Amino acid sequence: MTVGTERLGEKDLEVAGRVHSVETFGTVDGPGTRLVVFCQGCPMRCLYCHNPDTWEFGRADGSGPGTSVTVAEILEKFERNRPFYRRGGITVTGGEPMAQPDFVAALFRSAHAAPAGRIHTCLDTSGATFSAAASERFSPLLDECDLVLLDIKTAEASEHERLCGLPASHALELGDELARRGVPTLIRHVVVPGITDSEEEAAEVGRIIGNWDNVVGLDFLPYHTLGKPKYDKLGITYPLEGVKAMDPKRAKELRRVALVARARRRAERGVR
Amino acid sequence: MSQEAWQGFVGGNWEHQIDVRDFIQRNYTPYDGDESFLAGPTESTVKLWDEVLGLFEQERKAGGVLDMDTKVVSTITSHPAGYIDKPLEKIVGLQTEKPLKRALMPNGGIRMAVAACKQNGYEVDPEVVDFYTNYRKTHNAGVFDVYTPEMRACRHSHIITGLPDAYGRGRIIGDYRRVALYGVDRLIEEKKAEHAGTQKTMNEATIRHREELAEQIRALGELKQLGQIYGIDISGPARNFQEAVQWLYFGYLAAVKEQNGAAMSIGRNSTFLDIYAERDLKAGKITEAEAQEIIDHLVMKLRMVKFARTPEYNELFSGDPQWVTESLGGMGVDGRSMVTKTAFRYLHTLENMGTSPEPNLTVLWSTRLPEAFKRYCAKISITTSSIQYENDDLMRVYHGDDYAIACCVSSMRIGKEMQFFGARANLAKCLLYAINGGRDEKSGEQVGPKFRPVEGDYLDYDDVISKYRDMMAWLAGVYVNSLNIIHYMHDKYCYERLQMALHDEHVHRWFATGIAGLSVVADSLSAIKYAKVKVIRDETGLVTDYEVEGDFPKYGNDDDRVDKIAHDVVEVFMKYVREIDTYRNSVPTTSILTITSNVVYGSATGNTPDGRRAGEPFAPGANPMHRRDTHGAVASLASVAKLPFKDAQDGISNTFSIVPNALGKDAAVMFDELDLDALDVDIQIENPAPDCGCC
Repeated sequence: MTVGTERLGEKDLEVAGRVHSVETFGTVDGPGTRLVVFCQGCPMRCLYCHNPDTWEFGRADGSGPGTSVTVAEILEKFERNRPFYRRGGITVTGGEPMAQPDFVAALFRSAHAAPAGRIHTCLDTSGATFSAAASERFSPLLDECDLVLLDIKTAEASEHERLCGLPASHALELGDELARRGVPTLIRHVVVPGITDSEEEAAEVGRIIGNWDNVVGLDFLPYHTLGKPKYDKLGITYPLEGVKAMDPKRAKELRRVALVARARRRAERGVR
Repeated sequence: MSQEAWQGFVGGNWEHQIDVRDFIQRNYTPYDGDESFLAGPTESTVKLWDEVLGLFEQERKAGGVLDMDTKVVSTITSHPAGYIDKPLEKIVGLQTEKPLKRALMPNGGIRMAVAACKQNGYEVDPEVVDFYTNYRKTHNAGVFDVYTPEMRACRHSHIITGLPDAYGRGRIIGDYRRVALYGVDRLIEEKKAEHAGTQKTMNEATIRHREELAEQIRALGELKQLGQIYGIDISGPARNFQEAVQWLYFGYLAAVKEQNGAAMSIGRNSTFLDIYAERDLKAGKITEAEAQEIIDHLVMKLRMVKFARTPEYNELFSGDPQWVTESLGGMGVDGRSMVTKTAFRYLHTLENMGTSPEPNLTVLWSTRLPEAFKRYCAKISITTSSIQYENDDLMRVYHGDDYAIACCVSSMRIGKEMQFFGARANLAKCLLYAINGGRDEKSGEQVGPKFRPVEGDYLDYDDVISKYRDMMAWLAGVYVNSLNIIHYMHDKYCYERLQMALHDEHVHRWFATGIAGLSVVADSLSAIKYAKVKVIRDETGLVTDYEVEGDFPKYGNDDDRVDKIAHDVVEVFMKYVREIDTYRNSVPTTSILTITSNVVYGSATGNTPDGRRAGEPFAPGANPMHRRDTHGAVASLASVAKLPFKDAQDGISNTFSIVPNALGKDAAVMFDELDLDALDVDIQIENPAPDCGCC
């Protein structure tokens, strides 16, 4: 079936990505009800990751985890249930979607050109593959993002690698690039007890985003342990064994600390 | 009399004919505003509701039943007036002389009535038992006089379950608004004219029709007497809002005094009643608080409707439900919303008197309903979980804008359509019969026709489908014919005199069949088609288990390969149902709506080829099987939405639970003005210092 995609660029529609799964009723990854595409493969290894089944990259010969899915197939899924997504759109998350920038760019370009009406696009990323030096590589994708959900894993640069396996520079450089482009961005920060739940940490996150005027929101996500059974199933040792779930109330308080720091930073910069 | 009661109303056809819809359309005031006008409970309401809660508590402590009548057979006029606290009650009338005392209704079946009493520790007066055993036949006795051995076997093996052959069929909605708009005298006049004008050839149909009209006239007379028992004269039209609600409630009360139906729904009354409320409010005769009080007191009474039932009945329906469904909102065919302030008042009862499963407040949902009403519904749903939603955009096409829901999903035009309720056929068990050549997979008995069972170790899709079609054709036959007997006998021995008196002379009758186990069938057939299913036989050759090798598409993932199977099963089964003559030329339809009884159907069904284990509950209604829908709610709903409503006009239900967190973020995420204002204060207090080290 090809619902309403006939007039789109043939080339974009044929681009395939490696996809872990598709959730048809996403309500927490961007505004409204959204079709959420989970990409397969991520270079990061965050200790609190709740989707370890999306880590491993699929192999070019088609073997390995994930399924090859084309842009056309995803749009077809969207179009057949378009009425549900009137106030939502498509979110691509992962895994790490920026590990497949051409696929996501083609998807978003096609979503924007959808014959039945423009589809709102949202990229949920940790910026793991981004660097300022190679920003052209990602330019076509960033051109097509209506909203970016950017993770700041930890504001403490020295801790970043221990927590996620990669340095902090990727996310920060992507943040700068998004600010330069003025792409509306929502910052997400997972609050893990004993790791990322200090007031200094929260304030530092606030100061960082105080420099980015494109930031439209800040979400402090309390760490939960719902991902643990997946580790057991995959036979991976759960790195945060014994760490309790974060109290959502405390996460709210910390968010407030971050907002104060942000406001202060903006005041220093003379922005309201 | 009418002139005075109707003062200020816009006239029309409704003045000359019984035409409530016309009255509503010419007179109602759509309301687009929000809930800010609503009033809290009055002192009387609070006090009265406290007393009712006390009674409910006593009832719980007494083991679920507070008191039962064992002597007086319930009729419209059988009991003296009953009150909760007379001076406080704006709307009066109870089923018996005491609140929550359950009435004795043996017309459906004396054994059921005796069992209901006995299991709650009461004994029916031996004279009553003797009378209904030896002198006055019941519905139940009539049905069992006629049932064939095959029908009894199907009933016994539970391939057909829940048949209304020993209890009241319910699902009929009287147009109780007629009592308020016209008064009982006018309704009697109309019925007398109908009686005088029937066909003159006395064939069986005409004789029955004339007898029924005579019964209806008698019932209306009794309705008038019911008013008199409470010192109220309802022979003329209601003159104000309070009377309109009271008149309407008397109509409903008479129905529940006469019938212990499986669903005793009350209709679609808010838009109608709002016309009276608006008139009184405009004239300054009542305040908003008084208007709300009247609705609160009506709803309080509806929460107290109870019937004497057996534990088995309660098991089938998972509780002790009355299904006092009240339909709210919806759109008019002229494009105006039918939401009025009184729709808000009904929903507001959940705030004034707390949450309650009854009455079953059902919002007829349209994408075009006023935004403020949608928001209020959402708010009340979030705080009380007590609202049911149904798709008005879908049903309006078939039923116009004056239909209501009986029970949970059965839609019918009020006063113009009724239905013969028909429980359900177990299509999953039917598939097992097809595989086993009519032998029951649990007992091994030959229940169905002795067709050829499947041969070989693996199931072949085309072979199974062809056998399944044959078995469905057989099942449809036994099923429809059983229902024909049931409804013949119900009309004969347990006729809904009062409810039918509040219908037009010639009603459209739906013959409502139902199916259970649809998702089990779809997944089983999908497994046979797309994976390999090996059969395991016992020593008698009976297939009792299956081994599935490989994966297969599962219903509930918006996958056309299997969704099409589900669609076709419904279509094919309905085709077979339509091939059989139905009682009183009723029009067959079906429902896919087991909301609770899926547990009972599942427990009566052996292992199925989809991997479901014997006894495991079916999914409710048209739901995908538990945890097999893995692509999220939209995909799951999309699968259900592919089922053919034209074949399942009696309703398709999808039971859907979701944790609040999965519906979106409740904590503040986005920046807004409030954030900034609050933070301004903080910054000033903190005295910003140049200690920022970043960047």
